[in-house]
Amino acid sequence: MKSKTVKRRVTMVVVYAMLLGFGFVFALPFVWLVSTSLKADDAVFEFPPYWIPSRKERIKVDGKPRGLFTFRQQGETVKVVRLAESPQGARVRVLEPQTRAGEEMTVAPELLEPVRYIFFRWENYPRALKTFPFLLYARNTLYIAVLCVLGTLLSASIVAYGFSRVRWPGRDIMFILVLATMMLPDQALVLPRFIMFRHMGWIGSFKPLVVPAFFGTAFDIFLLRQFFLTLPGELSDAARIDGCSELGILWRIIIPLSKPALATVALLTFIWAWLDFMGPLVYLNDESMYTLALGLAAFLGRHGADWSGLMAAGTVVIAPIIIIFFFAQRTFIRGIALTGMKG
Amino acid sequence: MSPGDKKHLAVGLLFISPWIVGFFLFLLYPMVSSLYYSLCRYPVLKPPEFIGLGNYARIIHDEYFWKALANTAFMFIELPLMVVLGLALALLLNQGVRGMAFFRTVFYLPAIVPVVASAMLWLWIYNPEYGLANVMLAKLHLPGLRWLVDPRTSKPSFILMDLWGIGGGMIIYLAALQGVPEHLFEAAELDGAGAWQKLIHVILPSISPVMLFMIIMGTIGLFQYFTQAWIMTTPRGGPEYSTLFYALYLFQNGFEYFRMGYACAMAWILFVVILGATVVILKTSQRWVYYEESR
Repeated sequence: MKSKTVKRRVTMVVVYAMLLGFGFVFALPFVWLVSTSLKADDAVFEFPPYWIPSRKERIKVDGKPRGLFTFRQQGETVKVVRLAESPQGARVRVLEPQTRAGEEMTVAPELLEPVRYIFFRWENYPRALKTFPFLLYARNTLYIAVLCVLGTLLSASIVAYGFSRVRWPGRDIMFILVLATMMLPDQALVLPRFIMFRHMGWIGSFKPLVVPAFFGTAFDIFLLRQFFLTLPGELSDAARIDGCSELGILWRIIIPLSKPALATVALLTFIWAWLDFMGPLVYLNDESMYTLALGLAAFLGRHGADWSGLMAAGTVVIAPIIIIFFFAQRTFIRGIALTGMKG
Repeated sequence: MSPGDKKHLAVGLLFISPWIVGFFLFLLYPMVSSLYYSLCRYPVLKPPEFIGLGNYARIIHDEYFWKALANTAFMFIELPLMVVLGLALALLLNQGVRGMAFFRTVFYLPAIVPVVASAMLWLWIYNPEYGLANVMLAKLHLPGLRWLVDPRTSKPSFILMDLWGIGGGMIIYLAALQGVPEHLFEAAELDGAGAWQKLIHVILPSISPVMLFMIIMGTIGLFQYFTQAWIMTTPRGGPEYSTLFYALYLFQNGFEYFRMGYACAMAWILFVVILGATVVILKTSQRWVYYEESR
C-alpha cells in the first residue's frame, strides 16, 4: 500500500513538471506579443532580445549622446561612458566609482555591458490604433456578430424544435442530411456563393455574412436539438391539452428551459463571427466596412515591418476574446465539449 | 398516412422550413451551379461559356495543381500529432491536478485567438533575424533557421504553429475522458491492470468515437488550409511554391486569375477527395471505434 502512494506521488510530480513545461511553452508567444507591443524600435530589433521592454541608457557628453556601459575590473564594477572607437578598443571615461571619476582608458569592446533602463513605449498603442481604425472595425464586427447571433438563435431554435419535439415521418432521415452538410468544405462553396451573391448585388454589403444565419446552421441546430431532446415530453403534452400552439410551446416552455444551451449557441456564434476571415475577405471590398480580422490583415500588408505597432494592434484584437473567455468559461467549455459528442 | 401523420408532417416541415430554404439557397444551388460552372470557361466579367470537361483536362496537366495537392498532403503529418498531443494534454489534466482551470485556460487560449492575429504573431516569431523561434534555438546552442523563408522549413513551420492551437482538441478529449464510466476502471483494477493497460484497454476504446470525430474534422480542416498561408507568405504560396496549398491555389484561381470555371472544377475535385477520404476513414473506423452496446 505504501509503495502505491509513493508511486502516485512520483507520478504527480512528473505530471506537474510536464504541465508546467507545456504551459510555459504555450504562454511564451503571448508574453512575446505583449512584450514586443511595448518596445521602442531599437529594442524590437535586438538579438538576443530583452523580455522586459528596455532601452540602452545614453547621456550627453559635450552635446552628443553617448552610451553608458559597465564592465568588471579587478573585482569591482566600473561604470563608464563610451566616447569613441579606436583600433585598440573602445575609448571610455569612468563615471563610477566616484574615486576614479573622469579617468579615461581603452577597453576591449566585448567586455562592455550596456546600461539599460525599463521603458514601456505605451505610445505604440495609440499609434497603431490610428493607422488601424480599431473602433470602426470593432463596430462593424460587432454589428455582424450580433445579427448573426440573433439570426442563429431564432432560426436554429425553431428548426431544432421541428427536429426534436414534433414527431413526423422522415424526420430522422432529414436530420442525417443536416448533419451531412456539416462535412461540406466551406472553401469549395465560397466561389459559387460569391457568384450567386454577385448576381444578387450583395457583394460589398454585410448581407452575405449575416443573412445565411437566419436560415439555421447545421451545428447550432444539432446542438439545440440534443438539448431539446433531454426536456421531458410531458411538458409539451400538458400544454397541448391546454390548447397551446406548437410555436407557443416553443416560446413559453422550451426556450425558457433552454437558456444554458442558447447561451452556448450565442457565444460560439459570436466568437465565430469575430474570428471569421475568409467570409469578409471575399464579400467585403470597401475598407470602411472591414472587420477586425480583415483590418488587421490589411494593416500587416501595409506596415509589415512595424512590429511593435502590429503587436499592439494584435493585442487589442485578441484581448476582447480573452476577456469574454474569462467571463463565460463554463458556457464556452460546455459548447466546445459538445462538438465532440455526436449522437 | 393517417390524417394525424399528415398534420404532424405539415407541422414538422413548417418548423424546419427555414433550414430547407437555406439548404436550397446557400448549399444546393451554389453546389449545382458550381458543377455547371466547372464545365465552363468563366472569366467572371464575361458570362460562362460551356466547354465540357476542358477545365478538368487542364487541371490534370497543371503542375501547380499537383504541387498544391502534394503540399496539402504533406500537412497531414500534422493530423496524428494533433490527435496524440491533444489527447496527451487532456490525459495530463485529467490526473486530478490542482489548478486545473488555470492550466486549461493556458492551453486553450491559443485556440481562440483569431487566426489573423496568431498568423501575425507567428510571422514575428519566425522572423529570421529577431524572432522568438531563433532566440529559443540560440538558447539551446542551435543555429537559427530561416523558417517560412526557406522552402525546406516553411511547411514544418506551419505545422509547429498549428500545434500551438491543440487546446481546442484537448477540451473535447477532456470532456470525453470525464465521461468514461467509472465501473470500467474498477473492473480493470480488479484484474490488476496498470496505468498503461488501463489506457489501452479502457480509455482509448471508450473515447474512440471522439477520436474518430477529431480525425474527420482534422482531415476536412487540413484540406481547407488557407488563412495562415494567405497571410504569412510573400509571395503567396512561396517560397518556391512550397506553401501553395490546395485551397490557396483554388482561391487564387477564382479571385486573382479570374478563372472561375477552373476554380469551380478544383472545388468539385476537393469535394470528391474529402468525401472519399471521409468514407475511407469511416470504413476503417469500424475496426477500431467502439460504441457502447447499450445505445
